[in-house]
Amino acid sequence: MSETKALITPPGADKVLARKRPAAPARSARQRVGRVLLYVMLIAAAIAMLIPFFWMVMSSLKDANSVFSVPIRWLPDVFVWQNYVEIWQESGLLTWIKNTLILSVGVTLLQVTTGSFAAYGFSRIRFPGRDALFLLYIATIAVPWQSYMIPQFIMLSNAGLANTLWSILLLQAFGAFGVFLMKQFYETVPEELSEAARLDGLSEYGIWARIMLPLSVPAIASLSLLTFVNTWNDFLGPLIYLRDPSLWTMQLGLNNFVSSLYDVNFGVLFAGLVISVVPIAIVFLLGQRYFVEGIATSGLKG
Amino acid sequence: MTTTAERSASSAAAPPPRRRSRLRLRNTLLGWSFILPNFIGFVLLTLIPVVTVFYMSLTNWNIFGSSQFLGLDNFIKLAGDKSFHTAFLNTLYFAVMHIPLTIVVSLGLAMLLNSKLRGVAFFRTAAFFPYITSIVAIALVWNLLFSPQYGPVNQVLGFLGIQSPPGWLTSSDWAMPAVVVVETWRRMGYYMVLFLAGLQTVPRELHEAARTDGANVVQRFFNVTLPALRPTMFFVTVMLTIESLKVLDLIIVLTDGGPGQSTTVIAQFIWTKGFEENQFGYASAASVVLFALCLVVTIIQFAWNKRRED
Repeated sequence: MSETKALITPPGADKVLARKRPAAPARSARQRVGRVLLYVMLIAAAIAMLIPFFWMVMSSLKDANSVFSVPIRWLPDVFVWQNYVEIWQESGLLTWIKNTLILSVGVTLLQVTTGSFAAYGFSRIRFPGRDALFLLYIATIAVPWQSYMIPQFIMLSNAGLANTLWSILLLQAFGAFGVFLMKQFYETVPEELSEAARLDGLSEYGIWARIMLPLSVPAIASLSLLTFVNTWNDFLGPLIYLRDPSLWTMQLGLNNFVSSLYDVNFGVLFAGLVISVVPIAIVFLLGQRYFVEGIATSGLKG
Repeated sequence: MTTTAERSASSAAAPPPRRRSRLRLRNTLLGWSFILPNFIGFVLLTLIPVVTVFYMSLTNWNIFGSSQFLGLDNFIKLAGDKSFHTAFLNTLYFAVMHIPLTIVVSLGLAMLLNSKLRGVAFFRTAAFFPYITSIVAIALVWNLLFSPQYGPVNQVLGFLGIQSPPGWLTSSDWAMPAVVVVETWRRMGYYMVLFLAGLQTVPRELHEAARTDGANVVQRFFNVTLPALRPTMFFVTVMLTIESLKVLDLIIVLTDGGPGQSTTVIAQFIWTKGFEENQFGYASAASVVLFALCLVVTIIQFAWNKRRED
């Protein structure tokens, strides 16, 4: 990690980061007012951002009748933990979680391995047509999936893959995004390193496996997290391809659960929603830094 | 940043021609061997479908796979299809509201959160949270938050003294604005991160110089921050535009295009014609229109950006 950091940080950057701020002059009253105002704005913004989640979690602990009440009661009168038991018993939650995990992990593995492998070819080996090929990859990032979902569906159906988990696995795994993100990172790794490895007799595959991959752990973490979360939350793909209830993902299962309820117990429904959000929230909180890095690098040189 | 292979291939004088071409061949094979595993998937699952959609748009392809070549008939039919017009206009309406709103909100957040305040990390996380939340959870929660009579949104509005608050998702006038609010709330964290990254490239010295020259906060924003953010702003606008033109998942779960056709967008038109009515040819024609729309808008944005750069 620290090694990589040293490599990808331009010389002198440390100094910039560590630059001493000019000694803070005694704060004037005006500055203090400005600071308070800033905090007030931040807190207002945070409430707007988080209140739907707060309401969701609180509602998951209310009984069926008190989710809606006039005036609103934010906290439940009695905490109905039973909602969580019920959603677990009444729905295929376990199947949904299993399917979602299979897809998220599978897609992430494929995306990272094939993406980083291809990125090495694109960033480190020069051959005719390479740049045009890369441009083709980039161009498809801008092509909306919604405009080719129909032929894609027909092809996968003809191949007998519709209504199997393979369909989602394949259609999510080979996106251009992974190649792009990894290439962005590889280009910040100094060529001298691979040069030295080459002199030591390492093949290009060896350089990829033993130098580039270990160095690009932060980029791999970014790509993995972004891919994992995207696949976990994907709704349209499963909606098209996974018809059989035993194949439903978390998103699909919950959506069907809602529409199949005649007499919706909102408390139970909210418990399901909370369960669908919590794993991803944990993943996000653990890997927050990499998320932000991944988005920032994929965006900056766009 | 040139590899040995690259260097020896490009330094024309050194190796004799035959060795040069052997090296070139070696590099070509090597390069392709790296790219191939991903490329096969890319060709089969992205490239071929993208190309196929153009052919399909000229046929009356249906569920059985039988098809007749129709030429431009589908496009002529689209041009006269009222529900397509509605979807087209709704898409533009959505984009026109969503793009500026998201830019203002996420840039505003980024400016607020770029400061060195205690607790900034918490606020950044909070802003990013909706982005990683599933569409189904978001749609259901907002659907209920927006309920006309008992929903918290209208209760709060009533509390603030608004006598007859809108019916949001149940009103054909207010459904699209409500969808825009949810989509903006969902995406703001993502674009905030991009703006934060952009803000970090603005040299502090510039701000300090402007401050000594007596520029106030507003002047510094327009004369220092905004010009320095131009590359980020360009990227964000392009991404947001494509994002807006293809909006679909949120609408399917939140309103399913309704009430009436008030939130039906192009992508949903494609969805309905294709997956619900099995008119694959006709849906493909609408896909081509969506594709062309994205392409044209992106090209205009690039040209505009280039002209401003020159």
